[in-house]
Amino acid sequence: MTLLVTVFAAVVCTILWYKNAPESEMKLGVLCLMYWGASLMWFVDAIFEYAELKEEYFTPAPADMLNDLFLGLSVVALGLIIWLIVLIVKDPKGVVKSALLKKSN
Amino acid sequence: MACFLVSAAEALVATVVTKVVEKKEKKQQEVGEVHIETKTEEPVTKVPFSRKLKWLRDMLWGGSALLAFEHIWHGEVVPWFPFLTAAGDPTEAAEMLHEMATVGVTMAVVVTLAWLGMLGVAAALEKRAQKDAVTES
Repeated sequence: MTLLVTVFAAVVCTILWYKNAPESEMKLGVLCLMYWGASLMWFVDAIFEYAELKEEYFTPAPADMLNDLFLGLSVVALGLIIWLIVLIVKDPKGVVKSALLKKSN
Repeated sequence: MACFLVSAAEALVATVVTKVVEKKEKKQQEVGEVHIETKTEEPVTKVPFSRKLKWLRDMLWGGSALLAFEHIWHGEVVPWFPFLTAAGDPTEAAEMLHEMATVGVTMAVVVTLAWLGMLGVAAALEKRAQKDAVTES
């Protein structure tokens, strides 16, 4: 479930990135790469888990699924927070800089 | 248990390499700017290698960070020494190292292979752009 949620987040981000490309003012590429990196890693984890559990892997307990869903959503939220920090620190549009300068003037 | 550490280590190496390559490219660019008058104007059809390295760096750091969060969620990483719960017990530590050597290394390899695929696509697009530039001129 965590893998599924992250893959969906990666796909949505990639669509948004493609829509706005070649402009990268919102640094969406960073968010895409972050989610794709995590998706690939969880995919590998899933393969190893499948090799261990076999068909049981596809029939998780409802409580485990709910926990994994919460985890997936939390992971997406954390990814968004990291992206927001990168965006504010890099400030490609100069919004933060101009806002700070405006205040100090 | 701690599979994300392998990718995090590769991310660290990728970050250092990116910085070094970026510095080299900047130096080359400065030299190019000095001799700009003697050079003919060429269309930009190549993505700098430092930018390509940033794709790998972002995938590795992003993936490692999100996986680290998953490990915190499951109580495998704690904010006190030795930070990894499995490291406290020799049997669990051996299991952790085995997981790092199998799952962790595979994760890093798969991300790197995906990046190599991206490099292949980028190279093909660069070639096409160069061909278009030649036919246009």
